[in-house]
Formats: sequence, C-alpha cells, structure tokens
Amino acid sequence: MITFIQFLITGLRLGSVYALIALGYTMVYGIIKLINFAHGDFIMVGGYSLFFTIPIMMNVGIPGWLAVVPAIVVCACVGMLVELLAYRPVRKTGNNLTCLITAIAMSFVLENLAQAIPAIGPDPKVPYTLFAKTISVGGVAISHATIITVAVSAVIMAALYFFTQKSRIGCAMRCVSEDKEAATLMGINVNHTIIVTFGIGAGLAAVAALMYIAQYPKVFTTMGATLGIYAFVAAVLGGIGSLPGAVLGGLLIGIVQSGANTYISSSMSDTFVYLILIIVLMIRPAGILGKNVGEKV
Amino acid sequence: MKQTSIKARYLVNLAAALLLFALAVVIGMTGGSTMKLKITPSLWQCSYLIIMAASLNLVLGFLGQLSLGHCGFMAVGAYAASLFSLALQRAGFYTEKSGPAFMLVLLLSFLIAGASAALLGLLVGIPALRLKGDYLAIITLGFGMIIVNLINNLPFCGQQGLSQGSASSALYATGLGFSNDEKMQYLWVAALVVILCMTVMFMFVRSKYGRCIRAIRDNEIAAAASGINVSYYKVMTFTISAFFAGITGTLYACCNASLSTTSFAFTNGSILNSVFIVVMVVVGGMGSLTGSVIAAVVLFLLNYTIKNGAWVAALPAFLQNVFTYPMLVYSIALIVVIMFRPRGIMGSREFALCDIPKWPAWISSYFASRGLEKSAKKEAANHG
Repeated sequence: MITFIQFLITGLRLGSVYALIALGYTMVYGIIKLINFAHGDFIMVGGYSLFFTIPIMMNVGIPGWLAVVPAIVVCACVGMLVELLAYRPVRKTGNNLTCLITAIAMSFVLENLAQAIPAIGPDPKVPYTLFAKTISVGGVAISHATIITVAVSAVIMAALYFFTQKSRIGCAMRCVSEDKEAATLMGINVNHTIIVTFGIGAGLAAVAALMYIAQYPKVFTTMGATLGIYAFVAAVLGGIGSLPGAVLGGLLIGIVQSGANTYISSSMSDTFVYLILIIVLMIRPAGILGKNVGEKV
Repeated sequence: MKQTSIKARYLVNLAAALLLFALAVVIGMTGGSTMKLKITPSLWQCSYLIIMAASLNLVLGFLGQLSLGHCGFMAVGAYAASLFSLALQRAGFYTEKSGPAFMLVLLLSFLIAGASAALLGLLVGIPALRLKGDYLAIITLGFGMIIVNLINNLPFCGQQGLSQGSASSALYATGLGFSNDEKMQYLWVAALVVILCMTVMFMFVRSKYGRCIRAIRDNEIAAAASGINVSYYKVMTFTISAFFAGITGTLYACCNASLSTTSFAFTNGSILNSVFIVVMVVVGGMGSLTGSVIAAVVLFLLNYTIKNGAWVAALPAFLQNVFTYPMLVYSIALIVVIMFRPRGIMGSREFALCDIPKWPAWISSYFASRGLEKSAKKEAANHG
C-alpha cells in the first residue's frame, strides 16, 4: 500500500513538471501549428540560469527560490529571440515541414551553443538543492519539493486558464489560433501575439526547470531533450492545442512512468510511455481532449 | 540544345557504375596503409550514410511525410544480420571470412536485414500512416525509441549482448564484423550494394508508383480523387524505405564490428542518428536522390575533416572553438538552407552525367534570369 501511494505521489510530481512544460508546447502549437522542438531546451536555459543565480541570491540574503524570476526573464527572452530569428523568417517562405525541421535544428543550436560557452561546458553541474526537507505522513515520505511542485503547478495552470479566457491578450491568442486572417481583420497584431505566446511558454519552462532541479539536482546541456520529448508526448496525448489536455496528458505520462519504474523495470518505462501515446493516437488521432478538425478542400 | 537519348543516358550511367565497381575492386586488391587505415573505413561509412539518406528521401522528399525514427530500422537490420551470422557460425556453416559459404552468408544477411526491417516498417506504417505531418513525425519518433529500447532489453542482444563482452568480440572474430584488411578485400561488396540499392530506388521513383507518391505529396486529396489508393502507396513507400534502411544495418555491422543501440538513437554525438539523416536529406534536396548522395558524402567529409583535418588548425581561434561542436555548425547550416532554399539545395532536380555539358548554358541562363528579375524590380521601383 505504501509503495502504491509512494508511486502515485512520485507520478503526480513528475506529471506536474511534464504538464508545465507541455503547456508551453501546446500554446505554441495552438497558435502557429508548429511543434517547437526547441522548447525542451528552454528548460536547459532555465536550469543553467538557476544554477548561476541561486548562489548569488543566497549570498545577498534573498531566498534561493526567487532565482526563478531572473530565470523566467532569461527564458522568455531566449524564446522570443528564437521566434524572431529562426521561425518567423522560415514561416514566411516555407511550409509546415520546413518549420518543423527548423525547430529541430534550433534545438541543436541551443544545446551545442550552450556547450560552446566556456562557463557551461559539456560536463553536468550540480546546482544548490532547494526544498530538501521531507515530511512523513503515515509512513509515506513526502519531500517539500513534491508539495511545492504540485501546488505551484496547480496555481500556475489555473492562472493560465483564466489568463487565456479573460484577459485581452489571452483572447487575442485564442483568436489567432482559430483563424489568423480573421484575427488580423479584427485588428489583432498577429506577430505581437505570437511573440507573447513564445515568451509565456518559455517562462513556464523556467518554472518547470526550478521544480525539476529541486528533485534531480543536476544540470547538463541535453537535459531538455528527453524532458521535452516526454512533455511533448504529454501534450499530444491530451490533445495538442488544448490547455486542460496538456495538464491531463502530463499527469498521465508522469503516473505511467512512475508506475513502470516501480512495478516493472526502469529501463522499460520509455516503451510504456510511447506505447500509450501510440494507442491513444490510434483510437483518438486528435488526443484525449483535442478537437478533430476536418480538412477543407 | 539537343536532348540526349534515353538509351545513351542509360549507357553512360551503366558505364559509370561499372567504373565505380571496378575502382572498388582495384582498391581492394592494391592500396597502401593510408588506404587501409583511413580511406577504406571512410568509404564503408559513406556507403551506409548514402543509402540511409536516399531511403529516407523516399519518405520525406517523394512522399512528403517526416519520419524521425529512420535509424530504428537500421538498428533492426544490423541486429538481425549480426545474430544471423553468429548463429550460422556457431552451427558450423562457415569457419573463416572468405570462400563461397561466407559469400552466401553475407548475401543472406543483407536480405534478412532488409526483410526484417521491411516487416517492421509494414507493422509500424499501417497504423502510423493514418496520421499526418506533425503527428506522424512524433509517432515515428516514438517507434524508433521503442525499437531501441526493446533491443536494449532483449537478453541476447541488448546492453550486455552484442555491444560488450564476449558477443562483441565474437562478432568481430567470427561474425560479420570486418577488420581493416577485410574491409579492403570486401570493398567491392559495399560498392555493389550502394549501386544496386540506388538503381532500385531510382527505378522506383521513376515508375508509375513513383509518380503516384509524388502526386500524394503535392496534393493528397487531389491524388485520392484521381483514383490513387493513398494509404496503400504510403505504407508501400514506408516499407520500401525501411527495407533499404535495414540493408544499411548489415553494412554498419560489417563496418563497425560491434553494435550498441546508442548509435541508432534519435540524437547522439556522432554523425549517424535519425536527425542527422533528416539534415542530409533536407540539405541535399527533398525529392532528389542524387542530392541525398551528394549531401551524405559532403557532410561526411565535412564531419571527418572537422575532426581530423589540417585546415581547421589554420582557422582563427574563435572559429576553431566553434568547430569543436560540429553539430552547431550543421544545425546553423540547416537553418540557413531552409531559409533560403526551402526545398533543399538541389530541390527536386537530379544530377545526371549526361547533363554536365549543358551546365554552362544553364548557369548563364540562371544568371540572365536573375539579371532580368533585378532589372524588372528596378523598373518597377522606378515606376512606383
């Protein structure tokens, strides 16, 4: 029983991190129909900026977790730069396929650029561990990091939902994702909206980076690649383009992964994650909560 | 200019292929130590990269579907061929790596590798190709990961199997794995496989099947409306592409003599991974088989000389720093190519030996049309 609860809690924690990342994927996909492969690497950018700023914060006497603020700023800037320098020019000339290939290339640029910076280098670095204490409830050990991860994720997701539903810019985002031309006619600045979306998505990745390194205190340049792929699978699973879908998919992937780790074998967990993805896509090609949009001729 | 007749084109290409094959045989029989230690292993690597790029081009360039798990099929081919050769060796079918018995084993390994990969391609393709575009990309990525993950967890070929320990040395000593001497001796095998595979792929894309899949690429709905069975052709192309990827697996096993699944992953530090094959196809030109061949060879040479070449040392220091991360260079090159030539450098044009005499005329007409465009723009600007 304790194993079961432990596995559920681990799954919930992993799932919350995946969900935060998946939200970024899903927002960008909803608005420009592009799988932003570089999104995983925004986590790496966030991870390194946390690695460098946490010690500075601690020295000055500010709590270490506040380092997430500069990390969010750095990530958002990187996200907007990627959109400006790579995606926008390609979107003008190319089709979906060329945009997708650009995204893959951009992910490699970020990973290898980070390695080429001397202060970062190819070797993994160990950041300062935050929220290391654990509490025990009825024999189940729960770390502070777990509680904070789940709580913060829930708050952010709720806030994001209200932001997209109620605020002006959120409304503009929904408009652009529905019909770009009509949005332009309604006086919405499409490029401006896309940039803001990239900024918010990348900022969420910075928060996810904080949660992730609180649990696994290690940063390295390819850390975003696998995390990003899981989160992307989560976004597709839930129905890409749908915010609640991304959360649902993230939690599902987290729980499946931790279940496979606990009960079967840790080296097989990848297989189960992809198997679930494939089965869901076979049955519901648009994902669990996605809308199936017919093709216009 | 007069059009060269089809027959003459075939003859020229046949002569070129024979020349290439003869060259491989001659290199195998003569050749010094540079040839043995550097050039021949490089030629073997080129041989599988060429077929990989060209076979992915069938799916990406001609069918217009992005597959991100192409190396998974290569892994299946490599493991199938290696296990097959080891099993026959243990059964006592052949004892040394020469003679007619070994030639038969080599031939059968190529066929078995291709067939097992094609079977898997069929199994993957039937469900996966119901999806389109981005979803197909991610599902092929998923299948590639599952294949690698499963191979890792199989007791007889996984992490404790062929990549390390006794089985690895067994592959090198008695299985398919070639030493440098044998790579020289059997260079003609690699040349023959490349020539045959490329010929079959060319025949495929120029046949009525090839026309059908290009129609699907250009407009799926219109193709279906004109009576093309879209899903049938999609699965068929995917299977054929997987078949050739499987064949490259055997070349890989011969060339490297030890297998590990990390070599077939989605990304890794080396030149062989599913993403890099996509880079080759895109840079060479989506829809141009000769473009893939050229891109595979050029990118291999670039990769090789960045690591071993003297010219890198002559560059300024900051460029040398950049070149220690070749993937950075390739990915920036990829973005630049995509920005300025969205369909790749060659586009869907093919390189033909018979067309070389026409190049000067083409180049001058290209610049003439550029000049016309420019003067037209200028005129428009003047009027505007």
